Amino acid sequence: MDFQLTKEQEMIRKMVADFAENEVKPIAAEIDQTEQFPMENIQKLFRYGVMGMNMPREYGGAGADDIAYAMAVEELGKKCATTACVVASHNSLACWPILKFGTEEQKNKYLPRLTGGTIGAFCLTEPNAGTDASAQQTVAVEDGDSYVINGSKIFITNGGVADIFIVFAMTDKSKGTRGISAFIVEGDTPGFARGKLEDKMGIRASSTTELVFTNMRIPKENLLGQLGKGFNIAMATLDGGRIGIAAQALGIAQGALDVTVNYVKERTQFGRPIAKFQNTQFRIAEMEARICAARHLVYDAAHRKYLSMQGKKISYTKEAAMAKLFASETAMEVTTKCVQLHGGYGYTKDYPVERMMRDAKITEIYEGTSEVQKMVISGQVMR
Amino acid sequence: MKIIVCAKQVPDTTEVRIDPVTNTMIREGVPSILNPDDKNALEEALKLKDQRDDVTITVVSMGPPQAKDMLKECLAMGADEAILLSDRAFGGGDTWATSNTIAAAIQKIGDYDIIFAGRQAIDGDTAQVGPQIAEKLGLPQVTYVQNFSLEGDKVVVERMLEDGYEVVESAMPCVLTAIKELNDPRYMSVKGIYDAYGAEDPVKVWTLADVGIDPSLCGLKASPTKVVKSFVPQLKGKGVMLEGSEKEMTDALIVSLKQKHII
Repeated sequence: MDFQLTKEQEMIRKMVADFAENEVKPIAAEIDQTEQFPMENIQKLFRYGVMGMNMPREYGGAGADDIAYAMAVEELGKKCATTACVVASHNSLACWPILKFGTEEQKNKYLPRLTGGTIGAFCLTEPNAGTDASAQQTVAVEDGDSYVINGSKIFITNGGVADIFIVFAMTDKSKGTRGISAFIVEGDTPGFARGKLEDKMGIRASSTTELVFTNMRIPKENLLGQLGKGFNIAMATLDGGRIGIAAQALGIAQGALDVTVNYVKERTQFGRPIAKFQNTQFRIAEMEARICAARHLVYDAAHRKYLSMQGKKISYTKEAAMAKLFASETAMEVTTKCVQLHGGYGYTKDYPVERMMRDAKITEIYEGTSEVQKMVISGQVMR
Repeated sequence: MKIIVCAKQVPDTTEVRIDPVTNTMIREGVPSILNPDDKNALEEALKLKDQRDDVTITVVSMGPPQAKDMLKECLAMGADEAILLSDRAFGGGDTWATSNTIAAAIQKIGDYDIIFAGRQAIDGDTAQVGPQIAEKLGLPQVTYVQNFSLEGDKVVVERMLEDGYEVVESAMPCVLTAIKELNDPRYMSVKGIYDAYGAEDPVKVWTLADVGIDPSLCGLKASPTKVVKSFVPQLKGKGVMLEGSEKEMTDALIVSLKQKHII
């Protein structure tokens, strides 16, 4: 068993950490306030090859491995959970399913765009289909050489800024989950409309919107994977997506601990820095141990996914669910403790831990709630 | 168009401590980095490459084998080729011997249009190697470049002075030394990292024989500089900032100097 990072992984961490420190951190508090999507930084991340980094070279990607990807999301998450969320959703939820399930024509048509500056989004959740994703009410009806899609989606990450969408819809209601299919939809398709931007507790600068499809005509060649296999595609995509969210949560936790370590050394009470009190020391120790445990789970899941994509017969479903469950709950616990160690100052927007605590909460909810992760894990254990 | 960039691997001096007994730098545990001014030199070459299809960039460095890491960073930022001049015979060279070696290597590379170097390295702070390379190659040089443009077959640059700048035109080939005001260096790219740090080592290593330089012109023996002593300046007491109008500050200064019997 080898816990040694490769030189490439080390350098990607360094590069993304530099980028996060110099480009992302300075605007993190501001975009949280203004809800302004960080388009300039996202376009830079395209140019540096972070957006779509796992895609093979022939489609414009860097062919990066999954641990390097997890580390990139983690480094961004340390400074700004919004930026990490945009990158994770784009890479895991839009690029990956096209690479895994797309035809050669679909890959050649869409992946160079998704690595070249066009943002992608994944559209599964509906007002009445959240954790019960199989209850899709969006319908796709075959009509000549196309499908006509009607329905609406909510809470779509990158909804307002993406131009390529993976849309799930019911093609045969009588078949239940086997009647769901996936489609690649372009943002300029007639009948496609973006709804309101959600006013969220955290990751406030990410563009989370409603999408409405009215008689939206999608050519048959844009069916992703086989007809009726959409639910499997969604679940497989979320398996990998969870690693990205786990990495984001890991970043939030580490970022909060980093600023807190600095704070407790500087903050003086009762005549000495609060770092000298055993309560502070024990809290820091607990947080450090938990974050390191989360990191091992995240990198293990990422490594298994990489091996699986290399053709090895290895599953990462349980590991990804465990990584997300543990890392997101770690993020929530650590940020809450960090606010506590900051005292009253931590409750204000003058210190970043307030934002980090709000950002952490979503990682326990999206791409499968903690409860869903427990269902997945126990399902795998008690097969 | 062929551009050569001279780069050096240096200890990150923001993290350097000095051994109080020997008065030398404690190098253990100090990360090595691409010298900051050299990063600006490389960035200016990369900007030209962004604008024109015919630009190739070769980065040249002299140093121990571990300097390869820094050259890989240059490749990951976008340079086309990296050459490390590394041989025991080059060891211990001062700026004179170093510029002999680098100039000889550049001559061997040949066919260059512009040589960019950083103003100075943060470890030695001499600012001599770039200008010496220009002299030894018989090329025009402009130091302290804060702005650069290519106009036809000549370069037009702003050379920073203490209280302003001068605009200098030069024919090519020429040597230009960059300062941090010149640009904001880019980051490495993910693709660049995989290409530069992968299993196949892209850095070329040139030994004494490859450079083809007379051994008497390089290394310690060819170095006229002799370091007699190096020491850490004693920390002085805290300075005092005077405030007020010019007259008030001058009066306060005179009073203070008189109190100390300096005047």
